[in-house]
Amino acid sequence: MHVHFLDPYIQADSLVHRLDARPKLVLAIAFILTTALTPNGAWAVFILLLALILAVELLSEIGVVYVLKRSMLAIPFVLAAFPLIFTVDGPALFSFNLGAWELTASQPGLERFVSIALKSWISVQAAIVLASTTPFPDLLVAMRAVKVPRLLVSIFALMWRYLFVLADETLRLMRARAARSGHSDSPGLKPGGSLAWRAQVTGGMAGSLFVRAIERSDRIYMAMVSRGYDGEVRAAPSPRLGATNWIILACGLAVLLLLLMFGLILTYASLH
Amino acid sequence: MHYSIAPMHIPDGFLSVFVSILMWIASILVVSYALRRVKADLDERQAPLMGVLAAAIFAGQMLNFVVAGGTSGHLMGAAIATILLGPWAATLVMTTVVGVQALIFQDGGLLALGANIFNMAVIGVTVAYFTYQTVQRLAGGKRWGIFVGGFLAAWLSIEIAALATGLELALSGTSPANIAIPAMGGIHAIIGIGEGLITVGALALIYATRPDLLHASEGPQKTEKLAILVGLLLALLLAIASPLASARPDGLEWVAEQKGFLEAAQSPLYQIIPDYAFPGISHQAAATILAGILGTLFVFGVALLVAYTRRKRQSPGS
Repeated sequence: MHVHFLDPYIQADSLVHRLDARPKLVLAIAFILTTALTPNGAWAVFILLLALILAVELLSEIGVVYVLKRSMLAIPFVLAAFPLIFTVDGPALFSFNLGAWELTASQPGLERFVSIALKSWISVQAAIVLASTTPFPDLLVAMRAVKVPRLLVSIFALMWRYLFVLADETLRLMRARAARSGHSDSPGLKPGGSLAWRAQVTGGMAGSLFVRAIERSDRIYMAMVSRGYDGEVRAAPSPRLGATNWIILACGLAVLLLLLMFGLILTYASLH
Repeated sequence: MHYSIAPMHIPDGFLSVFVSILMWIASILVVSYALRRVKADLDERQAPLMGVLAAAIFAGQMLNFVVAGGTSGHLMGAAIATILLGPWAATLVMTTVVGVQALIFQDGGLLALGANIFNMAVIGVTVAYFTYQTVQRLAGGKRWGIFVGGFLAAWLSIEIAALATGLELALSGTSPANIAIPAMGGIHAIIGIGEGLITVGALALIYATRPDLLHASEGPQKTEKLAILVGLLLALLLAIASPLASARPDGLEWVAEQKGFLEAAQSPLYQIIPDYAFPGISHQAAATILAGILGTLFVFGVALLVAYTRRKRQSPGS
């Protein structure tokens, strides 16, 4: 069993795939920052940001439906912002009784809640596009380019290299447990043993996973040393950015800045 | 396989820019200090060890066990990483885990990554380290110290990290403090028990097979006064701030102050624009409709472009 499905990268040859990872990372973060800085209730800007990211999804040819499905991941967290509807002061929209409480929804509360949900949804799409169109090794180059410390980048690299190996190892452990009837995913079947026993079995699996990982890291270290590793992870200097990449980066940042200004003007206009 | 999402990773959109940047700065400071300490303290075999252990923690989060009904407990790993590697290396390992979760799996946002690193890699590890050390010292090297210390370290690291998450949400004005903090604390007090039980199980197996690994964090590393002070201050801050924040149902006055501060900081930006807005967008509804039309046209245009380039690419072959 192999867990390649963990890797969200989708092979394609689109304009977005061809863009260098460095401007792509910067643009994704700038897009998310713009979304965060856009004042709550600036619906026009939210629509334009959504259109922008949808357009990029179309260009990337990874499938808009795929991105939208994946973007639902952040939905449960929206619950955290839900009480805002009732706690922010302002003109009342409606009110109802819930047991002993009387809940009154306010317009600014609803506005803030919807804004937060929209911001979250738009931002996560940008992150999905980044992860689906950029192979992880390219992201590592981009991380080095934005001055993430070398040691940290090499930990990231080693982690990515062995993530799939250890995920396979984990799946084997889980298959072994299922084969011994220690665990069942089907709701009808009662899992074996007491809760503490089940936790202990799972803990033992985690423990053996860690022991195997540490022993594996010893072997990896030996292999690295025998190939000349001296504590410094070297990488070929990353290629220079071409003119097209610079132009796309500049245009993207300019568009985002315009959108941000637009949002600020709108809010300012509605206040006066 | 299902990859379960712990409600600890804050997605983008839920933290104000002010809080996000503050947490980024705090995380960068601690992580860069940890990098320096790891380079100074430990030999070069650390990079593979930390990388593979980060992968193991990530993969280990797939391990779950049935608690009751449809719910299941699973591992987060800050405590076990701290016990196996010591605090500085564990901070880097957890930073890597949280970073990959955000970059690749959108489990937690990119702008919110600073806060997520701080909650899990800094607070989680710090709390786990001091708890484990304290219990170890109380146990005086007896075996139960490892297990009791492990359980408490795991439970507390989850609980305190969750309280910090709730506090950050409240400071951002995203969730009322009197709801966010008790809710996060309550849910994770239960999740933490699962974490604690798995951690104890893992420690028991490691103790039986490779007891030498459990002494790594005690060895020559001495706890410094500075680190203890920082840890104490952190705990004190959280202990005072959380109840204080939840006791004020009308949202923290702090937030109001901070909002006023932000508006003041932004006002020069507004003044670049003349007092009247651009002609034609003076009305917000009109602007929204205009944005809708523009956005639709834009997406439509890009769709045409994609279709066109595809046809061009296919035509030479046919």
